[in-house]
Amino acid sequence: MTGPEIQAQPDESWSSSWREFPWWLVAIFGFLGIMAILVITQPNYREAFNFIVRGIGVTLYTTFVAFGLALILGLLAGLGRISSNTALRNIATTYVEFIRGIPTLVLIFTVAFVIVPPVSEGLGIDNRFISPNTRAIISLAVIYGAFLAEIFRAGIESISKGQMEAARSLGMTYGQSMRHIILPQAIRNISPALGNDFIAMLKDSSLVSVLAVRDITQQARLFAGSTFRFRESYLVLAFLYLTMTVGLSLLLRWYENRIGKNQR
Amino acid sequence: MNDDIIIISDLHKYFGQIEAVKGVDLNVRRGEVIIIVGPSGSGKSTVLRCINHLELPTSGSVTIDNVNLEDKDTNLNAVRAEVGMVFQQFNLFAHLTVLENVSIAQKLVRKRTQAEANEISMVQLERVGIPEKADAFPIQLSGGQQQRVAIARALAMNPKIMLFDEPTSALDPEMIKEVLDVMLDLAKGGMTMVVVTHEMGFAKAAADRVVFMDEGQVIEIDEPEVIFSKPQHDRTKLFLSKILQH
Repeated sequence: MTGPEIQAQPDESWSSSWREFPWWLVAIFGFLGIMAILVITQPNYREAFNFIVRGIGVTLYTTFVAFGLALILGLLAGLGRISSNTALRNIATTYVEFIRGIPTLVLIFTVAFVIVPPVSEGLGIDNRFISPNTRAIISLAVIYGAFLAEIFRAGIESISKGQMEAARSLGMTYGQSMRHIILPQAIRNISPALGNDFIAMLKDSSLVSVLAVRDITQQARLFAGSTFRFRESYLVLAFLYLTMTVGLSLLLRWYENRIGKNQR
Repeated sequence: MNDDIIIISDLHKYFGQIEAVKGVDLNVRRGEVIIIVGPSGSGKSTVLRCINHLELPTSGSVTIDNVNLEDKDTNLNAVRAEVGMVFQQFNLFAHLTVLENVSIAQKLVRKRTQAEANEISMVQLERVGIPEKADAFPIQLSGGQQQRVAIARALAMNPKIMLFDEPTSALDPEMIKEVLDVMLDLAKGGMTMVVVTHEMGFAKAAADRVVFMDEGQVIEIDEPEVIFSKPQHDRTKLFLSKILQH
């Protein structure tokens, strides 16, 4: 053991509540408060805010739809990873390892410009009709599907084998056992991890601005580019992301506490 | 032949390189209570788990009520619905209430309505003596109560056979009796039962025949009086002297 030895401290209530107090939250709310005041009182900030916030619908739409698709892909790939079928298992593993080994930005370009055109042509759709935002959503879904697959796999593996055996011994099929016995318990266990990935995806949705999708990041770039007010643009952009992610993460902490209590 | 509801013939099971079961033959008559005893690692649980193919045999065959489980056309799920199983670790569904635990497979497998399933569940919970816990979650129950719910869950499917895999091994001593009492009632009621256990008192009271297994083989099968008072084989004698001597 290196590092300072931990001394047993007398647990005086004022000092322990002082130490336990969430100062980090005060700092973050301080920043958010200052930004809110700037946006309300300063015309430059207000103008930037009004322009950038127009992209919020695209950001939220992209995040929600891509995450929904990623959940489906992730569940399928996660089930594939634990399948006893060799082909399924290898297909799922290839997908997961491929995606995890390539940077997100590179994958967005690759999916949007290399994978989508031939696939859409193959499906008989003119790929010019597939909007940048749709490509962005497909990219994010494919990328996060691989991350979520590992979460689903871990969640399913966290449920004791006896649960599946008991279900099968009663004559339930593999699918019924998964759906009614294993997954409800697994999803409850992994819901905090899923929430974290949702927040991560909200942040990564900013990458779709490289496809000229007009989310809040792209709006901020456009505003900064045309007005040269970089400080206002990017502080307002950071303010918007932070408001959403801090809100979500507090919601997640509250939810974790609640299920933690329910599980006794 | 029709009287034998379970026919196990030349059953072998390998786990990797290790042969856990080395050619077991065992026939169980309808309504018979068979108790399998033997030292740990003797393959008795594996034989039990092969009966409903929770563990797939490496070779050999299992026939249940004239249905050969090795046959490709056999619907294993349909066979398993007829064979109740009770586990050492209870394995109640942790996210479901007691009533839901007992009724879920009735609805999914037996296609009973919610009302029918609930009614049958309550009858079975009465039978094992804990109807008042119907709305509790498994974690709120003692081990003995959980195991009785697990028995009710299996019985609610109206099985022809009940398998018990060391049902009292994970229980505190004061809870063993409440579970064995339920099992004894079941045995007296004419249920076909195969039980792996270390409870020799229960074996004497309930068994029609006792099977002694060692090192993956059946060493001796006989009535409990014979096995316990004048065992034929040295290994049986050695095992019994170890567990009965206190």
